[in-house]
Amino acid sequence: MDRSSHSRSRRLAPVVAVAAAAALTLAGCSSSSGGKKSEEGGSNASAGKANTPRMTVALVTHQSPGDTFWDIVRKGAEAAAAKDNIKLVYSADPNAGSQANLVQNAVDQKVDGIALTLAKPDAMKDVIKKATAAKIPVVGLNSGVSDWKKLGLLQFFGQDEGVAGEAFGKKLNEVGAKKAVCVIQEQGNIGLTQRCDGVKKTFSGTTETLYVNGTDMPSVKSTITAKLKQDSSIDYVVTLGAPIALTAVQSVGDAGSKAKVATFDLNNQLTSAIKKGDIQFAVDQQPYLQGYLAVDSLWLYKNNGNYSGGGEQPVLTGPAFVDKSNVDQVAQFAAKGTR
Amino acid sequence: MSMTQQAEPAVGGPPASAPKETDGRTARRPLALRLLARPEVGVFLGAVAVLIFFLIAAPSLRQGSSMATVLYQSSTIGIMALPVALLMIGGEFDLSSGVAVITSALTASMLSYQLTVNVWTGVIVALVASLAIGAFNGWMVVKTGLPSFLVTLGTFLILQGVNLAVTKWVTGNVATDDISNMDGFDQAKKIFASSVDIGGVEVKITIFYWLAFAALATWVLLRTKYGNWIFAVGGNKDSARAVGVPVNFTKITLFMLVGFGAWFMGMHNLFSFNTVQSGEGVGQELIYIAAAVIGGCLLTGGSGSAIGPVFGAFMFGMVNQGIVFAGWNPDWFKAFLGVMLLGAVLINLWVQRTATRR
Repeated sequence: MDRSSHSRSRRLAPVVAVAAAAALTLAGCSSSSGGKKSEEGGSNASAGKANTPRMTVALVTHQSPGDTFWDIVRKGAEAAAAKDNIKLVYSADPNAGSQANLVQNAVDQKVDGIALTLAKPDAMKDVIKKATAAKIPVVGLNSGVSDWKKLGLLQFFGQDEGVAGEAFGKKLNEVGAKKAVCVIQEQGNIGLTQRCDGVKKTFSGTTETLYVNGTDMPSVKSTITAKLKQDSSIDYVVTLGAPIALTAVQSVGDAGSKAKVATFDLNNQLTSAIKKGDIQFAVDQQPYLQGYLAVDSLWLYKNNGNYSGGGEQPVLTGPAFVDKSNVDQVAQFAAKGTR
Repeated sequence: MSMTQQAEPAVGGPPASAPKETDGRTARRPLALRLLARPEVGVFLGAVAVLIFFLIAAPSLRQGSSMATVLYQSSTIGIMALPVALLMIGGEFDLSSGVAVITSALTASMLSYQLTVNVWTGVIVALVASLAIGAFNGWMVVKTGLPSFLVTLGTFLILQGVNLAVTKWVTGNVATDDISNMDGFDQAKKIFASSVDIGGVEVKITIFYWLAFAALATWVLLRTKYGNWIFAVGGNKDSARAVGVPVNFTKITLFMLVGFGAWFMGMHNLFSFNTVQSGEGVGQELIYIAAAVIGGCLLTGGSGSAIGPVFGAFMFGMVNQGIVFAGWNPDWFKAFLGVMLLGAVLINLWVQRTATRR
């Protein structure tokens, strides 16, 4: 490869530029508000550590890369692993076949326990059988509340999306909504569809569905704006993820609509939006709890033979409502990215 | 913008001037046919057809503010479709352009936040990073001779992974922190993500940038030496090099131009939404390429225009929003989108065939 000094100096240009920017920084170009410096140095909760023998647990989810929600699940799982003297192996793939492969990978590694999501239960059937045959305990979390027992899982931690949707619909009745639009950011996702169906079931007003492209925020924004302009009778926008909810607030402004926004799932910015009154309420399925309990339950099973939910019933982690009345209490945890 | 301007490149020479007439052997064809033969006219007619269709099908689309929404969506595609189109005319692809937008936004956001500096510092560093990514793509393509499809697929995957891993490593989360209360934010928001009130209608500033960039790109393509170089390297690299066109320079700068576009859109994303999720942007590259192709840019390079992708992006935005304005059953959304786009492309094709048939 060509390595003349001329081309090398040209390649140095970006480095020089970054250095220049760093110099600018030191030269007093710092921001007087916001930023990391304003952040409080809060340390994570720590409650000692189990002295049981080291074990390995694999957590395999259908997360797509860079999704806030799954990051919180993972943090919960990591907290439990740290306390229980567990080595946690995390892997994820939104493609069902690839997720099954990752589970197979965990079986091959002969881990001491597997926690997995059942977004597409049929695809996981065979590999769960292999795990069971290898005497590896398997627990479910998040999605698959109607399938975990059929597939022979020990226990399940999560929210029944339908139940959460129904609770959401009832809340809409309470606040006097008449017409809601349910915004789905991923066409064909079962869990998201169940939420909207649940809302439809209990909400006494009318519900419409709207699909948006969750990986392109400007398009999410303009699509919700378009919908609000098309139908000015919509008085509630129901979103199924925190970032989508925050964008929907902008759409409402752009459309000059009077609609209010409520959502499933939480994050740090969302709690401040609830405080400000931009967002009315959020249903929290407590992803941290799902990750934590799934890992912790495997420790309990191995060390004390316990079954959460008695091995008969799922352990529900949601729906927990967050609104202006209790947002302050939740906000401190959301700021750490664990709620 | 002149639509009658013929842009057949005179390799390396001065910009094409009006051809000598009255030779006798080649009778001039009627103006209408010559117009139709321009690559962007087909897509223009397709866009008009889609527009008229939705104006009839969706009553709520007939207000100025609705059109502003459609144009906003179109502009966010169109601003990227322009450099992507120029690169395609130059004979190369960039599959990393969608995630590169997010890379740029993440860089600016995290740098400003973590160092607690004026956001403009982040904006400038992000510009340097985006141009560097473009330069890297271009340099890899010209030095290795590998297809740009492969090289930029590699960059696409690298950036996707880096976006996630670095964000997680730096912020502890997969999304960046809110920078909306930091110094310089309001100023940057004015430049990258504000809106202007025109006769009671809020018009997003990206629409003006989109049209201005398109005018600039048209001028560069048709009136400058660099424009001729783009057509030349896309048409035939070797003969272009033989007549003295700096092929490597042209290609690398074209990739850097895509980097510039990614930076610009990244800044728009950042300053309109305050935070960025690291998983966004995947799949957008295909929409940019589609807008360029619908706009008459050849997948094989050497032919196309800058105004065509403007209509291509408009068509995409129009169909995308028109379906919502029309209130159709959203389960069919993607299918509608596909059918409308195919239909528009077929109109485009039919116009081209009719125009070139003697």
